[in-house]
Amino acid sequence: MSSNHPISESDTSAFSVERSTLSVPQLAAADSWRHLRQFTAARIALGHTGGSQRTESVLDFRLSHARARDAVHSPFDADTLEQAMRARSLFTFRLSTAATDRRTYLIRPDLGRSLDDPSRKLIFANAQTWGQRDLAIVVSDGLAAQAAEQHAIATLEPLVGHLIAGGWTVYPIFVIPFARVKLQDEIGELLGARHTLMLLGERPGLGSPDSLGAYFTFNPRAGCTDADRNCISNIRPEGLPPVSAAAKLAYLLNESARLSLSGVALKDTNPIYPPKISAT
Amino acid sequence: MSPWSCNVGPRRHSFESLRELMAKATPLRSGDELAGLAAATAEERVAAQHCLADVPLRQFLAEPLIPYESDEVTRLIVDTHDAEAFAPVASLSVGEFRNWLLRYETDQDTLVALAPGLTPEMVAAVSKLMSNQDLILAAQKRHVITAFRSTIGLPGRLAVRLQPNHPTDDPKGIAASTLDGLLYGCGDAVIGINPATDNVTAIETLLRMLDELIRRYEIPTQSCVLAHVTTQLAAIKNGAPVDLVFQSIAGTEAANKSFGVNLALLAEARDAALSLGRGTVGNNVMYFETGQGSALSAGAHHGVDQQTCEVRAYAVARHFSPLLVNTVVGFIGPEYLHDGKQIIRAGLEDHFCGKLLGLPMGVDVCYTNHAEADQDDMDNLLTLLGVAGCNYIMGVPGADDIMLGYQSTSYHDSHYLRQVLGLKPAPEFEAWLEKMNIASEGRLHEVGAKHPLLLP
Repeated sequence: MSSNHPISESDTSAFSVERSTLSVPQLAAADSWRHLRQFTAARIALGHTGGSQRTESVLDFRLSHARARDAVHSPFDADTLEQAMRARSLFTFRLSTAATDRRTYLIRPDLGRSLDDPSRKLIFANAQTWGQRDLAIVVSDGLAAQAAEQHAIATLEPLVGHLIAGGWTVYPIFVIPFARVKLQDEIGELLGARHTLMLLGERPGLGSPDSLGAYFTFNPRAGCTDADRNCISNIRPEGLPPVSAAAKLAYLLNESARLSLSGVALKDTNPIYPPKISAT
Repeated sequence: MSPWSCNVGPRRHSFESLRELMAKATPLRSGDELAGLAAATAEERVAAQHCLADVPLRQFLAEPLIPYESDEVTRLIVDTHDAEAFAPVASLSVGEFRNWLLRYETDQDTLVALAPGLTPEMVAAVSKLMSNQDLILAAQKRHVITAFRSTIGLPGRLAVRLQPNHPTDDPKGIAASTLDGLLYGCGDAVIGINPATDNVTAIETLLRMLDELIRRYEIPTQSCVLAHVTTQLAAIKNGAPVDLVFQSIAGTEAANKSFGVNLALLAEARDAALSLGRGTVGNNVMYFETGQGSALSAGAHHGVDQQTCEVRAYAVARHFSPLLVNTVVGFIGPEYLHDGKQIIRAGLEDHFCGKLLGLPMGVDVCYTNHAEADQDDMDNLLTLLGVAGCNYIMGVPGADDIMLGYQSTSYHDSHYLRQVLGLKPAPEFEAWLEKMNIASEGRLHEVGAKHPLLLP
């Protein structure tokens, strides 16, 4: 095996036959600090040929990019996600944005920021039944369907349980394909919710085609901007694990409710992860 | 009768306002289409360029694209305009200004003297008439030199921001990527970390770690943790070692508000950083990032095209004498810059416009995975910017930012660019690389396991 890069271990095994004919490691300098890779998934200590990257690093990168491209365009299985949520007593409610397909969603973010007309009518029709509650949660595929499919439940199950035990009232979880972050403002305003929280797939990185983002807003309304929100990103097992994300969100949401604000004015001063001592 | 119109063959093209004329003269990009501002046809676009070529530069002083009363960025632009510096080009039209820029006689000294006389709108306008080679040639004439512990922007030099991000801000992970970058000869522009969360305690930890590293090895560079400016101010108040203060900025008051900033807050941040007196060879203490599309993304573009909004952000930056400004050109995504071609054009525009206004421009040559672009497009833009004299680029391990989820340029890319164009690092840093036996004469040395940087 020519590479021990954490991201590409499986890649190199999958391609080992082809790869062995391509890489000529003796022509390229390895780096003496490869042991530092234990501290990060970043592509460090790649070695070099001249000042350039070695063939195997170039091909590793290209494979990761190919997978990320495929992830962007993979379809969202909202039905299966809703079934799985209901099986865990996370009640759901399907709505739609004005974006009707993946391509439109990518080039028209404005359409992903608003509900379609039937969805607005559905909210009006149900508003009285639901009554006014503290929190409206939205789950969407965003830019990576697998992020929502794989990590939304793992994040929401502990979070919703914790919040409800703390006295929060929560609407059914709105599952809405092709949504953008700002959609939470319209939903929050229509419902009169105190808080909105949105979980959606982030733009896939090369080694993270399944990264989930969480954005919440106090007193959501059409005039809100990104400065009025708080964000937690990179929720996935290899990044911020869903259970830890749930703990962080629970803390921040409770602080937000206590202080009646969100966004840049709400500072995360709780060192949930005790700072570690530097390697240097 | 529209104020702006021109005949192209049998057709008469009319534009209701200078704002509309500017938008329709802009080379095609998805963000202007998204905003409903783009020319409807290719012919209309060129007709708008013809028409724009005849607009006198002084028209931009008479007709602000965003009203003076309602936007503090417009007020800054108007109130700081230097009529005396403007005099040499005051009688020119936009088209004549393009010719003027490309003359042999127009050189560094001319452009330095002119900069305070230019408004962002004049610079945006002329850039819309310029081809990619014009943008490169004119930018190459202008060197903007700034300094803190290293000197950035000297002719024949290319600096690199070392960007050692980590998804959970783990100091060990960030330290590992930082050492990797230093051993690849990068980091002379800044060692700049984008934190995953805006936690005051966490960013203080990172600031102290970088400060210790820089002091221990006497590295002639500066550190920055790119949290929100208010978080950095809190860190300064807590006594954290802050070299540069960072903030993302945009070209309208409303867009800046969506970032949670305004001019007064930026001034406060600069004063706080200056009060620490941490620079050795210079006192440029601010670091700004920008990018086309940010104003529209915040619903704060006032019907102004995204490239003009971007150049207005440079007026904000210029007011605070930054060490570094970079456009994160392809980060925003395909709804604003659809593909490699649009990203390359925008990168060259941003670099040229920033330089003409006197900014120390770097470019984050980058793209996201939902854009129609790949690393070959970045190679193209990187090379073009090297020729244009870009002050610095990003150095990300393997070009893959595992925190921000996008692709930029690698440490290796800086070696490629320095090799093909004969560019050197910042002089103080070049000397340090030699002293540390990391690189000399443009070549990396073999670094053994007992290199001082690798000792515990």
